[in-house]
Amino acid sequence: MEVITTFLNGLSLGGVYALIALGYTMVYGIAKMLNFAHGDVIMVGGYTVMVFFNLTGQPLVAALIAVVFCSLVGVVIEKLAYKPLRGASPLAVLITAIGVSYLLESLAQIIFGSSHKIVMLADLGKLILGSLVIDLNTVVTLLSAIAIMAALTLFVNKTKTGKAMLAVSEDRHAAELMGVSVNKIIMITFAIGSALAAVAGTFYILKTPDVSTTMGAMPGIKAFTAAVIGGIGSIPGAMLGGILLGVIETVCNAIPALSNFSIAIEFGLLIIILLVKPTGLLGKKKREKV
Amino acid sequence: MALLEVENLEVSYGLIKAVKGVSFTVEKGEIVALIGANGAGKTTIMHAISGLIPKAGGKITYNGKDVTNLQAHKLVPLGISQVPEGRRIFQELTVAENLEMGAYTRKDKKEFDETLSYVYERFPILKERRKQVAGTLSGGEQQMLAMSRALMSHPDLVLLDEPSMGLSPLFVNTVFDMIKDMNALGKTILVVEQNANKALSIANRAYVLETGKITLSGTGTEMLADERVKAAYLG
Ligand SMILES: Nc1ncnc2c1ncn2[C@@H]1O[C@H](COP(=O)(O)OP(=O)(O)O)[C@@H](O)[C@H]1O
Ligand SMILES: [Mg+2]
Repeated sequence: MEVITTFLNGLSLGGVYALIALGYTMVYGIAKMLNFAHGDVIMVGGYTVMVFFNLTGQPLVAALIAVVFCSLVGVVIEKLAYKPLRGASPLAVLITAIGVSYLLESLAQIIFGSSHKIVMLADLGKLILGSLVIDLNTVVTLLSAIAIMAALTLFVNKTKTGKAMLAVSEDRHAAELMGVSVNKIIMITFAIGSALAAVAGTFYILKTPDVSTTMGAMPGIKAFTAAVIGGIGSIPGAMLGGILLGVIETVCNAIPALSNFSIAIEFGLLIIILLVKPTGLLGKKKREKV
Repeated sequence: MALLEVENLEVSYGLIKAVKGVSFTVEKGEIVALIGANGAGKTTIMHAISGLIPKAGGKITYNGKDVTNLQAHKLVPLGISQVPEGRRIFQELTVAENLEMGAYTRKDKKEFDETLSYVYERFPILKERRKQVAGTLSGGEQQMLAMSRALMSHPDLVLLDEPSMGLSPLFVNTVFDMIKDMNALGKTILVVEQNANKALSIANRAYVLETGKITLSGTGTEMLADERVKAAYLG
């Protein structure tokens, strides 16, 4: 029974990683850059949830406000920091992204101070089925993550804007020749990725009620690893990588002999997968353009 | 007034000047060919017209409007459509989705359906394969798709960059037939080709480009008969 609980916890954590990984992978696929500051958007989401939860007492309202606010933050970051560097060397963009990351953390520290804040969002209780005890927070997180991923998949594959995102990701210039405004598509991508980061931030607080300026760092790195494992640029890859990493991490933590090594095992897995398949599990080999 | 007027166009890649003051015109309804060896600057000129690369100098006028500094995606609604070198179809999208992308700037559903049925009638293989990802098509079929995709935006001017490159003789003929059909539909054509023979035989007028400069121009027939053209491009 404990096996099932552990597995569910893993899937749920994996769902959160997947939501974050989607932000990395979509921005990478479409804007061709590593958004190093993506993890900090989780933190911005965390503080936004905290502020509006304290004001309204409504976790859902706080989460929705965080989603909207983080989308705006993502769009503004893209416009001010990344857009002027379009066409610049990838290294310049990466360093700018690191700068943005520190900027967001410092701003949060100036506004909220450096002490950790405890935010008890909600306790939905436990579901007891015979000897099986399931934390409802976990279930809600998992189901929401699945619903969001399904909606995103439909959006990307079925709507005109979604298809334009795929087109830009495959061949930016060809997409421009179809009349697609690449800048607009990149802006939408940042908005979606940042909204997902806000959702992930909310779930993170639901699981660990601790808000701090560095709360985005570890989930950010884990989710980035997940995106690379799945094949960076691939949307299903980010989902698969996130779930995989969440399950492995939770299972390792549940086994006493392995619990000290869970991070080492996760990154070891990354290295092995990249050795066997350098493009990641679902990543495609980049075709040479004529 | 010419539909497209290129005046003194200059394009540089860093310190290298790839296009050094090129001027030419394309009149409404014409087929104009631009021929030249590999590296002469043909693709660069095409990309400059369609707004993909910035210009170092000169002016481009389309339909009386100065479009020199317009971004690529803003030129499509004005009626310019490009079939890029190497086809550049979206390999991971289906054939039907590629055609939808071609119509990205169009709002009129009826018009879309009409063009789509024209394309599917003209190339039944595309209809048959409409649900397959485009990467599974053969090179020739991909070129049919690329040309069809360009039609979906209802262009007045179609720019074709080496549409017959790398294709079997059968598909080369299909490509040139399709160019004539597009022209018969009222589209003005600017085609870049290394297959000078074929291109000149369908062109009303042609220009020869050598290392970033236009060195010869005339009607298609004149150029086919020109000794210098024969020596350099009609081996
Ligand atoms: N992206 C680029 N960067 C630097 N030089 C380029 C680039 N694209 C083309 N060139 C150079 O510009 C010249 C013209 O190239 P291009 O327009 O592709 O010629 P063509 O289409 O006639 O074969 C060539 O010398 C080519 O090497
Ligand atoms: Mg070329």
